[in-house]
Parts: sequence; structure tokens; C-alpha cells
Amino acid sequence: MRKASTDVLPAEGGLGDEPLLAVENLHVEFATRAGVVRAVNGVSYSLGPGETLAVLGESGSGKSVTAQAIMGILDMPPARIPKGEIRFRGTDLLKLSDEARTQVRGQRIAMVFQDALSSLNPVFTVGWQISEMFRVHRGMSKRDAYNKAVELMDKVRIPAARQRVNDYPHQFSGGMRQRIMIAMSIALDPEVLIADEPTTALDVTVQAQIMELLAELQRESNMGMILITHDLGVVADVADKIAVMYGGRIVENASVHDIYKTPAHPYTKGLLESIPRVDLKGQELYAIKGLPPNLLDMPTGCAFHPRCPYRQDNCVTDNPPLYEISGTRSSACHYWREVLDGDQG
Amino acid sequence: MSNDPQVGPVQTVTAPTPPGKLKKEAKPASLWGDAFYDLRRRPMFIVSCVLIAILLVMSFWPSLFTSINPFDAKTCELATARQGPSAGHIFGRDSLGCDVYARTIFGARNSIVIGVSTTIITAIVGGLLGLLAGARGGAVDTVTSRVTEVFFAIPWILGALLISATFRDANLGIWIVVIALAVLAWPMTFRIMRAAVITARSQDFVVAARALGASQSRVMFGHLLPNAVAPVIVIATINLGGFISAEAALSFLGVGVQSPDISWGLMIADARNRFLEAPLPLVFPAVFLSITVLAFIMLGDAVRDALDPKLR
Repeated sequence: MRKASTDVLPAEGGLGDEPLLAVENLHVEFATRAGVVRAVNGVSYSLGPGETLAVLGESGSGKSVTAQAIMGILDMPPARIPKGEIRFRGTDLLKLSDEARTQVRGQRIAMVFQDALSSLNPVFTVGWQISEMFRVHRGMSKRDAYNKAVELMDKVRIPAARQRVNDYPHQFSGGMRQRIMIAMSIALDPEVLIADEPTTALDVTVQAQIMELLAELQRESNMGMILITHDLGVVADVADKIAVMYGGRIVENASVHDIYKTPAHPYTKGLLESIPRVDLKGQELYAIKGLPPNLLDMPTGCAFHPRCPYRQDNCVTDNPPLYEISGTRSSACHYWREVLDGDQG
Repeated sequence: MSNDPQVGPVQTVTAPTPPGKLKKEAKPASLWGDAFYDLRRRPMFIVSCVLIAILLVMSFWPSLFTSINPFDAKTCELATARQGPSAGHIFGRDSLGCDVYARTIFGARNSIVIGVSTTIITAIVGGLLGLLAGARGGAVDTVTSRVTEVFFAIPWILGALLISATFRDANLGIWIVVIALAVLAWPMTFRIMRAAVITARSQDFVVAARALGASQSRVMFGHLLPNAVAPVIVIATINLGGFISAEAALSFLGVGVQSPDISWGLMIADARNRFLEAPLPLVFPAVFLSITVLAFIMLGDAVRDALDPKLR
């Protein structure tokens, strides 16, 4: 039912060797008055159908900017993509026209935002906003679209959906609003769902429910999911693989199992050690020394070297490439072997 | 104060009442529903609405209020010029011996028509340009903003005099006043709309709408406009009163409504020479003018308070 477009949109169906979504050597920079901020420096990752990739990193690591580049919602200018490819079913999204990208957004690749209250339009009822997706993109009648909206609200488990469909966003609790946001994003059966810190603004108990809901929706529809978070606890249950970002690049790729058991980058290791643990009660909590890098004035060599306990002289001068450890693992650390073995310095 | 409807919890949580009943009793939750709920309880709103309703009836069906047709020259008797109030002529007679009451009633129409048309034109032109400038930004914004600044620099009375005098021969009747006022007044609406759109644009739901596939025009009219229209409506209502008094000023100066059309400003101008001998032909249109302007400004104030609770 998609509107005809003059551009070549990626077709649905078999993928062959091509992953569903592949980001390759992506660079994003922002022109600011103080200079050019290189927010993303050569990020690559890929995602298959039904797969969940967790992108982990602290504020300013470039994880959200990468997602916004995939969605095409960066404000350009000031943002610029000097290099890189974002291939969706083999088609480079960056080369598509604005019109063709609008067709991809929401219908093929959708996004869930962190703060659901500010992500919902305050002047319309939630039913109106969910049904808008069907009216605009599927050309449904008002009544049909409303019924679909109620159906979707049921699907994301909003109690008494039929009674609440005419309520406004501010009348819902935080968790319910996030469910509505999720309902809107899955309305058109996207093939890729990007969730940008979907649980950060929520209570811990609600966080678990939302993650469970996302995982369940994913199983049902076999979509690929990119889960962006700074919280290692959130991703453990749902992610298949993890990409850790630091200073605008990926410093470690691994499966969930490997990363928790044997981190191969000192930054990942620091993150894991700074999670409070019940069995270490009474001891001082570990914190990674220093501050995240200033993107305007990146450290020479490895961006992590000023904070790294494994630092050697060459870390200050040579930026480590992404060393391949095994088929699914890689680490951007000259001394990944030492990190894996756990002997410091 | 204890039964003030605004205080107390908003009854929106799922209560054990059946949904139908809940809906009727609960305070409405939408911006406009909430504003109307609030307005109905304000004396200022009710008074201004009643006044405006009377004025509207007066301008559409003036013969309901008076049996004299002031456009009929036979109703004027020069011999009785500036006569005080009498049984058939409660406001007295003017310098041409015409009935002041009938002329005042018939004068309402031009004031209302000019005020409302100017408001609609400025709201549409200023509003759309403001929406475009705020939503697009960049060069579109820069150009339109500079153009409005040029218009802002023109003193309105001078500009209106110039426009009216230039197009005097075009025989546009009262529309010359509408054009003169609209040309000079749209930049204010433009600025307010632009500012409101820029505020709305940076909010997350606009980014979210784009991320879910909304096109640029959909974002502009579906998301930005509904969130930015409230201040424009408020300023339009307040301006309406201003346009009515501006019309009177232009007519007073002789470049607005022309005889034999009737306008309060024109009546005031005619009566001013003999004001000390016969004040009533000036006082009555002036009072009607003041009340009309006041009614619209009060309405605008009430609407602003209802739409923006922060100002309370």
C-alpha cells in the first residue's frame, strides 16, 4: 500500500548475504562556533532480522547521533555526514532523496524516544496520534484507524484501552506514555526499531516491563532492534550482541555472554566494575577515573588513554584499530590480551 | 474559594464510575476544552461576550433597534440641528438635524466589519508567514523577518494615511481602511506566530513525528500550527478592538470611511466643531466606540488567561 516513489526503495523479502541494516564507517560532525565536533568517527555495525543490538556508552559517546543519522533526523546543518554508508536492505539511505527517506522513516525503520511525555503532541489525544499513523500512511478511514489504535493500545497492554483512547498524553503515567510511544512506532510494522534509551526516564520496575514488552513485540514480528542505553543492567536479558562506544567510535563488539564474563576493552571492564553488586556490600564502588573526552579536543592516540589503567606509551600516540579477537568479537585496545587475562599493567 | 473549580484533583484517574458518566463530570483535558471550561466561569468573559453579541446583532439587523433609517435624507431636518434629546430622538439631533441614536446604531456595522476583516486578514497572512518562517528557518526566516522589520519601522498613522490617500480614487469604500490597516498590522501576528512555532519546533514531539515518518507539511500543519495557534488567537482578539479604534481615528482624520457611509469616527469628527454647544452628538458615538473596543480587549484578556495559566 506504499505510495509510489520515483526513488528505488529497498524491496522486502529475502536478504541474501546483505544484513538488514548495516552502518559502515559512519562519520558525523557538527559545525559549532568553537570548531568542528566529530561526534561519530567511523562507526560500523550490522543488524539482522529478529536480532537485538545493544549500543552502550556514556553521554557524548555518539550512540544517539548514530541512531539519528540512521533515522535521518539530524539537523543538517549544523550536522554533516562526510563519510560512511547506512545500508538498509542493501540500499544506502544517505543517497536517497528526502522524499524517499520520509517513506522509510516510520514505515520501515521506526524509533522510540527516551522521554515519552515530550515526544507526544500535548494538544491531541493519544488515539488521534496513533491513528494518524494509519490515516496518513495507510489511507485508512477515521473509524478504522481508531479501531486499529485501540487494538495497538491493547497490544502494548494499556489497561482499558477503549476508554482511554480519547485521553491526552498528560493523563497517562510515564510507563503508559512509553507504551503509547512504542505503539506508535510499531504501528506500521517496521523492519527495524531503534529504541533510544527507552527506559531511562522510568522507574526500575516499569523499566523491566517495557523491556519485556519490546522483546515480546520483537519476537512476534521478527524486527531487528537497536537498543541504545548507558545502563548495562537493562540490556543483559534482551540483547544478542553489544557494541560499546567511547568518544565517537566503537571500542568493543561482543556477544552479551562474552562481555559480561570477559570484557576485552578496559572501558567495558570499568563499566562492569562500576555496577553496584550485592556481594560486594560495604566496599567502595569502583568508578572510572577522569572525565569523558572533550569532543572538540580529543586525546591523541587512543581516546581512552588518559583514563586507562592498562596504558602504555604507544597508547598516547597510536590510535588502536579494532582488533579482531574471534568471529564475533573485536576490541579497540592494543592490550586486549592483557585485559582479557585480567592482569593490570 | 473552597468551591473554586480549578482547585482540587483533576478527576482523570480511572475511577470506579462507568466511562460514560466519568466523561460528563470530569474536567475536560484538552487545551481548548479546558480553556472553555475556565472561561465559562469568568464574569469578564461573559460580560464581553454579551456586549459583543449585542453589537453583532446591531450591525447585522440595525432596524431592530431603531425605526429611523439614517440613510433616508427625509429623516433629517436642518431646522432642528443640534436639538437636545426628545421623545422620538433620545440622543438628540446632530448638526444636520439627523437622529444621533439611529446613526450610532447604524455605525456599528462598519466598525465591526472593518475590525473583523482586518483581524482575519492579518491572522491569515501574518500567521502563515510566521509559520513558514518559524518552521523553515534559514534564509526564508531571515528574509521574512527583515521584511517585517521594515513594516514595523513605519508609524502606523502615517502609513495608513499614505495608503488611504493613495487609493482614494479607487472607490473601494470601507475596504480601503481594511487594506491600510492590514498592510501595517500583519507583522505583529507574524512575530508572535514565528516565536510560538520556534518554541514548538525544538520540542521532542516534533522530532518524534519526523522519526515516525511525518512529512514536512504534516509537521508544519499537524504539529507546529496546533501548538502555536493559541497566542495568535489571543493577540488577534485584542487587536480587533485596536482596529476598530484605528478605523475611527482614520475616519476622524478624513481618510477612512467617507460620507454618506456612517462611522463612529466620522460622527465624532462632524460633532467636534460645536462640541461645547451640543456635546451629545459626539459623546454617544464615542461611548459606543469605547464600549466596543473594551469588549474585544476584555475578551482577548480572558482568552489569554484561560489559555495560559502561567500568567495568572
